[in-house]
Amino acid sequence: MIELQDIKKGFGDKQVLKGVSATMEAGKVNLIIGASGSGKTVLMKCIVGLITADSGKVLYNNQDFTAMNEQDKKSIRQEIGMLFQGSALFDSMTVEQNVMFPLDMFGVGSYREKKKRVLECLDRVNLKDAARKYPAEISGGMKKRVGIARAIVLNPKYLFCDEPNSGLDPQTSLLIDKLIKELTLEYNITTVINTHDMNTVMESGDHIIYMFEGLKQWEGSNEEIIFAKDERLNDFIFASDFLRDAKEMRQMEIFRDKNWRDRLKKPE
Amino acid sequence: MEFRFFYHFGSYLLMLKGMFSKPENPRMYWKQLMQQSVDIGIGSLGIVFIISLFMGGVTTLQTAYQLVSPIIPKATIAQIVRDTIILEFAPTLTSIVLAGVVGSKIASELGNMRISEQIDALEIMGINTKGYLVLPKILGALLMIPCLVVIAGFLGIWGGKVAGVMAGIISNDEFMKGLRQELRIYNIFFALSKSYTFAFIISSVSAYYGYNVKGGALEIGKASTTAVVVSCVLILFADYALSAILL
Repeated sequence: MIELQDIKKGFGDKQVLKGVSATMEAGKVNLIIGASGSGKTVLMKCIVGLITADSGKVLYNNQDFTAMNEQDKKSIRQEIGMLFQGSALFDSMTVEQNVMFPLDMFGVGSYREKKKRVLECLDRVNLKDAARKYPAEISGGMKKRVGIARAIVLNPKYLFCDEPNSGLDPQTSLLIDKLIKELTLEYNITTVINTHDMNTVMESGDHIIYMFEGLKQWEGSNEEIIFAKDERLNDFIFASDFLRDAKEMRQMEIFRDKNWRDRLKKPE
Repeated sequence: MEFRFFYHFGSYLLMLKGMFSKPENPRMYWKQLMQQSVDIGIGSLGIVFIISLFMGGVTTLQTAYQLVSPIIPKATIAQIVRDTIILEFAPTLTSIVLAGVVGSKIASELGNMRISEQIDALEIMGINTKGYLVLPKILGALLMIPCLVVIAGFLGIWGGKVAGVMAGIISNDEFMKGLRQELRIYNIFFALSKSYTFAFIISSVSAYYGYNVKGGALEIGKASTTAVVVSCVLILFADYALSAILL
């Protein structure tokens, strides 16, 4: 479990995070959603320690990450896997070398064992055939999957994904969402996804935090989000004309049923 | 302006301090050092070869042009060429060129890694990025640039001899005689001291500007240019300071 306590962060005169407190539930897909500029990325970077918060605490299983020395932070970071918005693959390495890099750096096992683990991870993301290709030779969706394989290769306890669907077509986006959800359950990882893609919210979000202008505006499950009364959240979810109709649809009886997704798939 | 200088100088010192921590895996650091040494050393051989030959040739021709008195022996030309190349041209001119070749490469490579979040990815893995990315570049430069300067010295003198003989200014024997006249070993020590200093300036200043890039692709280019300009200016300052102190 990751607990955030009153996280504040400003850049110059601009206060980006104005005191965010939230809990990322263990073994679940936690989503941080919100409009561009709401502070999602800064919050995620504060959680993983890429940005130092001005005040507040980040607790990983009740251990205060913000108060740790560099050595202790390193040990926590080795339990973290992260998928970056642009995948952040090392250009000069092949797909296989990219995934093997954390294993090489932390000297886990013999070369044969490492290779086996890499192929396992690549197989898990359906990329075994691309092992010898360079990042420049593969598509955006494939890069994201390599990023995921690299993030899980050390069996992390925590997986962070910064806008995993950005720049992807809807079908590939769904594939990535599904993969992250499956891996979360399979490895019992605490996953935190930063997104503004409503498909991700509805498909894979277990626990959702909605950010608005540097503050946590709403928190709940994806079952609750459709019926949330918060006007700002509603404006965010039902942004387009098409979705504004859906906003009215939620009054319909079908959404009252807990299994409304199944009913939508198989209309009576 | 003054405060910006102190800001950059402070950040630069912090970067240097941050490089020193226990390596996560010494074997990977060693691999990185070897890679950087090859990139800096072998990668710059071609340009060093070309500039040294021409630098030596031009020095011989221009020295001969100025030494028109019949009472000055022709071997003096070789002596002047040797000392000019050892004292100034090989370490300083080579380093200025390397500031452009190696410095811009280091700055753009690190800048690109920063912009594409590769440095963040390494940080997340728990790797000291200053130690893993910057230190091997500085050590690689400290290993290879003095070697390049020595090569530049030899090639420059050889180029001077070839140009002198080909132009009929000086014979081969006279040139060799001049080379052996009043050779001070201290000059070689001075040239190597300069090359180590310049190697450190080129690699660390370029790494600083590349590592701290903020923004996008445009900023990588700006950082690269700034790194080269600042390195060149610092090389000239250091050249003057070392000459004043050591000579």
